[in-house]
Amino acid sequence: MMFAGIYGFFTRRNLLAMLISVELILNSVDINFAVFNRYLFPGELEGFFFALFAIGVSAAETAVAIAIIINIYRNVRNIQVKNLNEMKN
Amino acid sequence: MEYTILILILPFLSFLILGLAGMRMKNGLAGTIGTASLAGVALLSYLTAFNYFTGGRTAEGIYPTLMPYNFEWLPFTTNLHIDMGIMLDPISVMMLVVISTVSLMVHIYSFGYMKGEKGFQRYYAFLSLFTMSMLGLVVATNIFQMYVFWELVGVSSYLLIGFYYTKKEAIAASKKAFIVTRFADLGFLIGILIYGYYAGTFSFTPVAGALVAAGAMIPLALGLMFIGGAGKSAMFPLHIWLPDAMEGPTPVSALIHAATMVVAGVYLVARMFPLFIGYAPEVLHWTAYIGAFTAFYAASVACAQSDIKRVLAFSTISQIGFMIVALGVCTSMNPHEGGLGYMASMFHLFTHAMFKALLFLGAGCIIHAVHSNEMSAMGGLHKYMPVTHWTFLIACLAISGIWPFSGFFSKDEILTACFQFSPAMGWIMTGIAAMTAFYMFRLYYCIFWNGEWKGRSHGSGQDTHIPHESPLTMTFPLMFLAAITCVAGFIPFGNLISSNGEAYTIHLDMQVATTSILIAIASIALATWMYAGKRQPAADYLARTFPRLHTAAYHRFYMDEIWLFVTRKIIFRCISTPIAWWDRHVIDQFFNFTAWGAHATADEIRDMQSGNVQQYSIWFLAGALILTLVLLI
Repeated sequence: MMFAGIYGFFTRRNLLAMLISVELILNSVDINFAVFNRYLFPGELEGFFFALFAIGVSAAETAVAIAIIINIYRNVRNIQVKNLNEMKN
Repeated sequence: MEYTILILILPFLSFLILGLAGMRMKNGLAGTIGTASLAGVALLSYLTAFNYFTGGRTAEGIYPTLMPYNFEWLPFTTNLHIDMGIMLDPISVMMLVVISTVSLMVHIYSFGYMKGEKGFQRYYAFLSLFTMSMLGLVVATNIFQMYVFWELVGVSSYLLIGFYYTKKEAIAASKKAFIVTRFADLGFLIGILIYGYYAGTFSFTPVAGALVAAGAMIPLALGLMFIGGAGKSAMFPLHIWLPDAMEGPTPVSALIHAATMVVAGVYLVARMFPLFIGYAPEVLHWTAYIGAFTAFYAASVACAQSDIKRVLAFSTISQIGFMIVALGVCTSMNPHEGGLGYMASMFHLFTHAMFKALLFLGAGCIIHAVHSNEMSAMGGLHKYMPVTHWTFLIACLAISGIWPFSGFFSKDEILTACFQFSPAMGWIMTGIAAMTAFYMFRLYYCIFWNGEWKGRSHGSGQDTHIPHESPLTMTFPLMFLAAITCVAGFIPFGNLISSNGEAYTIHLDMQVATTSILIAIASIALATWMYAGKRQPAADYLARTFPRLHTAAYHRFYMDEIWLFVTRKIIFRCISTPIAWWDRHVIDQFFNFTAWGAHATADEIRDMQSGNVQQYSIWFLAGALILTLVLLI
């Protein structure tokens, strides 16, 4: 799942698709935290809490990213990565 | 004596007011502000002198050295610090009087001379600045304060020489004056630093122990300081700037290049005199030889010049040579045993300032009337300009050393001091005094007699322009200075100033006095015979018989050319050019190479900075994978 996210992040040219891919990466990490905590340190809760924190942080990050994307759309009327070259040169 | 600070503040304020707001003033108002502040300075200086010399002596019978102000300005260590303040002792008080008197006269005179000139306000602002710096120089409490004001004097002199800044010669002259004196000041600065390092102080009265321990460094420091003094005082071979400085307005020449700035070097030697006598008498005697040679050289050049201001300029150089000689021939601090020259030098400084300022101002009147500097355009002026004629004659008699004018007394003391040092020196200086009388009267006759006024011979043929006497603003300073010249010789100068500070009664050495006066009269008679008549067969014959000598003297023995050769051909070509090559081809190229390297590298790697986040993340992932592999294996 993580590599699916990484693959998507590399290949998609649409900002929303890239954001979804990043979310995939994060979620795969969350699952890893939960699973490894369950198997390696049963009875302890650090891994779960860490996953919870990661979910909260990724929610905030998603909100910021969505806001940026909406603003980009307002200015460029497009969210394709190849069109975002206004700051270059 | 706290009011002495006003002597410095008044001209400075006038400089600020005229410099900042002068352009909005009428000429008359600007001139009045400058002159009024100078009148205040002159009054305060006279008051200071009166209070100081009537204030009584200390128990040792000398006048006390007062420091009404002295605050620490730049501390380096606990002992070594630069102070700023005011020091009053006999020579600084005497200089205050000289500077403020001449400066006041020049201010009044400039009303008439500079009338209607463009930049009248600027002129008065510069005059105020110059006066302030010169006064600050003489009241300096330590050698470093002196140096600060010394440079201020240099820069204001530069501004005044280049006053006619649209004239090419004036610009060249001002640059020359600044560069030559600045070059000499380098020696002065190094001397000060050596002195400060070894003596541990910048004051004029260091601890004797430190100086003894310093050994040969103190004579070296004093010698370097003298180089600075020689630059300002136009000693050979650093005199080349002074004749060119005559491009400035004539009152400026009177103020700066006759009476005040050029004697700064003499004042410096006099200021350091106890150290010279105590630790470096050989250096002091060397200054005497340099001074004597300068006096002779300048006197011989003055005999052949045709520009009246240049004659006066060379005569100034020669007279300053006299002062330096008088200081240099001193062998002890006691005026009765070889220390007479100190008093003689200061006396001559005083009298010379008055009559040389008078000569320059008189020359200014003549130039004003004739509109030319050349002797050939003059002659027969005595009928048209009686006041200028009589005052000029008084000054000529004074500089020739004729009794009872002031120059006689001071020059006589110098000659006596020279004879005490060695008869050879005495006779040499007597000979130069004779030359002085000769060229001054050559000048006098060529201007005022020499047949009838013939109109301007150049330009558009004979015109009907008749020279006329100058207005009262110009003749009053002449009469005032002439009056001083008549009576200054009777001032009991030795009572006020002498090498060890004790009262010394001047007594004329009859033998020296008679010799010098007879020789002076003989030279004047010779000049009369050669130049007074309408034609000058003897002079022309001499010029024809020794054409080489005459041309060489006319071209000042090619000193300017020698300097140009030294700077252009030797210094520029052999030192500056290789340094410039090294700078351009090695140092510059090195930095060019580093800049080019950075540029080329950036060109190569700029494609990696695409701005594409996905590309970055691929690189990031690749890096992370490689690192993982490395760490695993």
